[in-house]
Amino acid sequence: MSSFFYSIKQGIKNIFRNRLFSLASIGTITACLFLFGVFFCLVMNFQSIFQEVETTVGVTVFFDEGTAEDRIMAIKSDIETLDSVEEVLYTSPEQAWEDYKEKAFPDGDNEVLTNLDNDNPLADSASLAVYLNDAATQEDVVSYIEKIENVRTVNSSQSVADSMASIGRLISYVSLAIIVILMGVAIFLISNTVMIGVTVRKEEIAIMKYLGATDFFVRGPFLVEGLLIGAVGSLIPVCVLYFLYDKVVEFVTERFAILNSILVFTPSLEVFRLLLPVSLIIGLGIGFFGSYFTLIKHVRV
Amino acid sequence: MIALDNVTKTYPGNVQALRGISLRVEKGEFVFVVGESGSGKTTLFKLLLKELEPTSGAIYINNKNLGKLRRKRVPILRRGIGVVFQDFRLLKDRTVYENIAFAQRVVGVPARNIRKNVMAVLALVGLTDKAKSRPDELSGGEQQRVALARALVNNPPLLLADEPTGNLDPKNSWEIMKLLEAINMRGTTVLVVTHNKEIVERMKKRVISMDKGLIVNDEKKGGYYYE
Ligand SMILES: Nc1ncnc2c1ncn2[C@@H]1O[C@H](COP(=O)(O)OP(=O)(O)OP(=O)(O)O)[C@@H](O)[C@H]1O
Ligand SMILES: [Mg+2]
Repeated sequence: MSSFFYSIKQGIKNIFRNRLFSLASIGTITACLFLFGVFFCLVMNFQSIFQEVETTVGVTVFFDEGTAEDRIMAIKSDIETLDSVEEVLYTSPEQAWEDYKEKAFPDGDNEVLTNLDNDNPLADSASLAVYLNDAATQEDVVSYIEKIENVRTVNSSQSVADSMASIGRLISYVSLAIIVILMGVAIFLISNTVMIGVTVRKEEIAIMKYLGATDFFVRGPFLVEGLLIGAVGSLIPVCVLYFLYDKVVEFVTERFAILNSILVFTPSLEVFRLLLPVSLIIGLGIGFFGSYFTLIKHVRV
Repeated sequence: MIALDNVTKTYPGNVQALRGISLRVEKGEFVFVVGESGSGKTTLFKLLLKELEPTSGAIYINNKNLGKLRRKRVPILRRGIGVVFQDFRLLKDRTVYENIAFAQRVVGVPARNIRKNVMAVLALVGLTDKAKSRPDELSGGEQQRVALARALVNNPPLLLADEPTGNLDPKNSWEIMKLLEAINMRGTTVLVVTHNKEIVERMKKRVISMDKGLIVNDEKKGGYYYE
């Protein structure tokens, strides 16, 4: 037990004795895990947006200009006969307009928009929302609907989802490459930091060996040093991201109010409940491997 | 206590430091090891500490074959052997007390026992009043006594001293030797490498003489062989 506290005490001493390299190591891990954190937040939000898109939008059908409501209702019944269709909801032009106003100005009536009520800008925006009971049949359903007369366009979440996914994938690859490179740099820096500590304390290590110290006892302080650097380097970016996250969400929500129905952000607590332990494990892992390999190679009883 | 069977040690570059040594040291003995520079005395000590492996032959300490000792058990072996060097090897950034307590911490002695043990061994080497001094505030003789205290604080049954008086004047050398003799009389087996002919002849102990990696003489009651 006393050797456990000894390791921690000596490990902290090492970090301060070796300030410059320790800071460089912490900085690199911080950069690495900051990037990872940003990437992580994006992925988590993409996922929640995908889910939102899939469950709310299904397939939306718009009609040629001047298509009568009766005709639309007929098409609605037609679509409803399909096996894979769960439900079809009709949105009238008036409803579409009200919805738009609601989204754009959630706090109340806007005079300019209200003045337009009698000359509905969305007069041809009547639509049918088609909900499917099986997402896999979407393609067939879409091509069936597209062939119906008077149907102007069919929007399906698939295309939105696809392009989002490919953007997401690109971001992931680039971030992952940078993260891996930074991880390598971080491991290299930590092993150098530890190596300097080992060199400075060569005399002491030699004496310890003669006195019958175990490998564990001699390596302990250096391992603690690596782990502490890893822990600090992972906590800094998580804290910074935690404060940034709500600010960014707030900013996006205000700026792009129209998109509020699609952009559903994952609550920060949910993101960081996962990001904190994951970052900590990566940081500790970098610290552990950075110091351990150096120690195996250079510090043996 | 110690047994060597035809031990050889060849360093990389074909340097033959030991060329076939057989030796027995019984528990409680006091033995001088003498021989000119490069005859293999330090190499012999390093083999006993399993810091080096012999090229051939077998070494036994307390009937345990060091060649069969697993790496994990090496610290246990070393805890049973105190070592002292010519250059003291004290940690300069720590006090006398801390240097000795360090030895206890390394082997995991509970904190509450450390103080008592350190003060007892400091009394043994006569440095109770220097506990708070740093090594560079002490004379060479005092520093070597601190090193000796550190080697002894864990009560090893065997003490190896490699030229412990090499850096000391005759008076201090004699005091260290007397201290080693006192430690031996308490039951510790002691091996001392020295070049000090005068002391060896006055002490009347067993003397092993080495030359070019071989034992050339083993005198039971004193006498410095090598000229
Ligand atoms: N690490 C090493 N690599 C190669 N040769 C070595 C090494 N250590 C010692 N030697 C050689 O082995 C021989 C014995 O060395 P050793 O240190 O055992 O002698 P010694 O009797 O202790 O001498 P001294 O009285 O000068 O301390 C010498 O020739 C030395 O040069
Ligand atoms: Mg020597």
